[in-house]
Amino acid sequence: MIPVLIARSGNSEKRVAVVDDSHLFRDKLADYDKVHFKFLEAETDTLKRSYRDLGYDGLLHIPKLDIERPGGITYYSQGQMNIGMKSQLERRLSELIEEQRMQAAGIDKDKLKDIRTSIDIINRTGKEEREGSAKVSAAVGYVCGFIIYIVLLVFGMSVMRGVMEEKVSRIAEVVMSSVKPFQLMMGKIFGIAAVGLTQFIIWVLLIFFIYQGIFLFISPGEIQSAQAMQGGMGAGASQEMARNIRYIAGSINWFMIISCFLFYFVGGYLLYASLFAAVGSLVNEDPNDIQGLTFPITVPIIIAIVIMISAVTDPTSQLAVWGSIIPLTSPVVMMARIPYGVPDTVPIWQLALSMLLLVGGFLLTTRIAGKIYRTGILLYGKKVTMKEVVKWIGRK
Amino acid sequence: MNLLDIQHLKKYYATHKAVDDVSFSIPQGSIFGLLGPNGAGKTTLLRMITGIFYPDEGQILFDGKKFDPANDVRHIGYMPEERGLYKKMKVGEQVKYLARLKGLSEKEARQKIDYWFTRFEITSWYNKKVEELSKGMGQKVQFISTILHEPKLLILDEPFSGLDPINSHLIQEEIFELSRKGTTIIFSTHRMEQVEEICDHIVLVNSGKKILDGAVKQIKQDFKKNEYRVGVGQMPNPAQMATHHFSIIKTHDHAYTVKINEDSKTNDILSHFIRHDIPITYFEELLPTINEVFIERVKAH
Repeated sequence: MIPVLIARSGNSEKRVAVVDDSHLFRDKLADYDKVHFKFLEAETDTLKRSYRDLGYDGLLHIPKLDIERPGGITYYSQGQMNIGMKSQLERRLSELIEEQRMQAAGIDKDKLKDIRTSIDIINRTGKEEREGSAKVSAAVGYVCGFIIYIVLLVFGMSVMRGVMEEKVSRIAEVVMSSVKPFQLMMGKIFGIAAVGLTQFIIWVLLIFFIYQGIFLFISPGEIQSAQAMQGGMGAGASQEMARNIRYIAGSINWFMIISCFLFYFVGGYLLYASLFAAVGSLVNEDPNDIQGLTFPITVPIIIAIVIMISAVTDPTSQLAVWGSIIPLTSPVVMMARIPYGVPDTVPIWQLALSMLLLVGGFLLTTRIAGKIYRTGILLYGKKVTMKEVVKWIGRK
Repeated sequence: MNLLDIQHLKKYYATHKAVDDVSFSIPQGSIFGLLGPNGAGKTTLLRMITGIFYPDEGQILFDGKKFDPANDVRHIGYMPEERGLYKKMKVGEQVKYLARLKGLSEKEARQKIDYWFTRFEITSWYNKKVEELSKGMGQKVQFISTILHEPKLLILDEPFSGLDPINSHLIQEEIFELSRKGTTIIFSTHRMEQVEEICDHIVLVNSGKKILDGAVKQIKQDFKKNEYRVGVGQMPNPAQMATHHFSIIKTHDHAYTVKINEDSKTNDILSHFIRHDIPITYFEELLPTINEVFIERVKAH
C-alpha cells in the first residue's frame, strides 16, 4: 500500500504558469498527465513573487529565443523540480523547437520519418568465417546463465528444505538405521533434481506448444508488419532483420551450447545442492538460523550472476575468464561465454579446465557436505558454530 | 549364545568421551536393559550398534560375526529416542517405504502391513497423513515400522516416552510377545523402575563408562544388604527387641526393617519374635531396587 501512495504523491495535480516572451509556444504546449499549462501575459519579475498566491505550483519562463541557440528557459518553483517533469518539459520544448527549425529549413516532417533508419552490424568472426551476431550470442548466453542461476538457487533451497524437514520431523535417524547418511543425502539431492527436472520439462513443453500455437494462427508477415509499425522503420529493414536473426540462429552451434548447458547444469547443481544439504542439516527448529547459514552459499551464486551479466557483453575480459573457470561461479558464467563460440571466444583449454575443476569441485563439496551432514542431522537442540563445523570436516 | 558382543567400544567427541571402553554381551532372546542417566552415552552406543556411527575403537560382533552394517542392519529394528515420520506422507505408504528400505519386497511389505495394522486395529489409518495422527497414534505407527521386517535385534530407545498408559501397556505386551518368539531386545531408558518390570539383563552406564552389567536377579542378590521386613500384629515393648542376631534399621507402623548380623540366619530373626511371643503377620527379604544399586554404584565410582 505504501509504495502505491509514494508513487501517487509524485504524480499529483500541477498547475504551471507560462510566460512566453518568444511567442513560439503559445497553445502548442499541451497539458499532459496531471500537469496543466496556463499561458499568462505578465511581467515575469512580478509573477515570480506572486505565482503561488495565484494558485500555481510553478512558473515556466521562456525568454525571447534565438531558434538556433535556445537558452535561458527557467522554471521557478517552491521545492526541487522532479526529474520526470524536468525531462518531460525538456523533451517537449526541444521537439517544438526542432519543428520550428525544420519549418525554417523547409523540411517535411513525414519525409524525415521515412529517411530514419536503424542498422545492425553483422560481425564475421573466427577462422571458419562463421557468422555470429553479438546480440544473439549475448541473448542466448544470458538466458542459459540465468536459467542455471535460478536452478542453483531454487533447487538448492528445496534440497535444503527437504533435509531440514527430515531433521525437524525426526525421521532422519529412523531412515539412517537402514541407509548410510551419505546415501540419504545423495538420495535427497537426486530426488529433488528428478522432481525439479520433471517440472522444468513440463514448463518447456508448455511454452513450446504455446509458441507453436501462436505461429499457427499468425503468419510471419503479420508479425513483421507488427514489428515494422512498432519500430517505426521501413518494412524492408524489418524483413532484413528477421532474415538475419533466422540466419544467425541457424549458424550458432546449438549442439555445443546444449551439451555444455547440460554439463554445467548438472555439475553446478551437484556442487551447490550438496552444500545446501549440509546447511539444511545444521538448521534447528529456529528458522532464523537459515539466513545466517545460507549466506555463505548464496554469496558466490550472486557473485556469479553479477559476473555473468558483465560477461554477456564482454566475454573475454579477465573477470569473465576467471569467473568461468572457478567452480563456484563457472556454471553460470561459462554459459554466458559459450554462445560466442568455441574455440574462438572460449579456447578449448579454458573450457576443459573449467569442466575439470567443476567435476573436482563437486566431488570435493559432496565429500565435505557428507561429513557435515552426518553429524549435523543427528544433532538436536544445539546451535552449531562455524568452528565446530570445520572440526567435523577434518574428522575422518 | 550371544547375539551381540560389544568389545572395548570407544567413541570420542571433540570435548568429551561419549563412550569410553564399554564391553558387554547380550544373550540371544533376552530383554536387555541399557540404563544410565541422560547424557551417559546410551544413544551414542546404540548408534554404533545400528551402524549409524563408526566406533573410534573396539568392535561389535553380531550373531557371532564381525558387525557389517551394510548387511546386518536388515536384521535390526531401531526406534530412536528422537523419532518421527514424514508428516505429509500417508501412513501406509510410509510404513511400506521404511520396510522396503530394510529389504522387504513390495508384496512382503504389504502382507506384513495388513497383519500388523489389523493386529493394532488401525487399518482405517492406512490412507491418513501422519500429520493427522495424534502423538500416541504416531508412536504406534512408529513401533510397527520398527518391527515390520521381523528383526533379530530390536532396539528401543525410550519407547514409552510420550505414550499414554493404555498404549504403553499395549507396546509392552508386544515387546513380551516378540521376546517369546525369540527376538532379542535392547531397551534403553533412564527410568529405572521400568527396567525391573521388563528386563532380564542390564548394563549400567554413566559418563560413557560401564558401571555394572549382568542378570537383574543376580545384581539384586549381589547388592542386597541382608535387610528384612517383619510385620507384627502388635508393637512389642522396645526392650524385647534387643538381640545380637539383628539390629533394627527402622521402625514402621506394625512392622520393622531389620538388618541381620553376621553369623546369624533368617530363622534366628523369626525365633526371636516367636520366643518373645510377638505375633508375626509377614516376613520378607528386602532387595535393593535397580535405582538404589545405580545410585550406590555411581557414588562409588
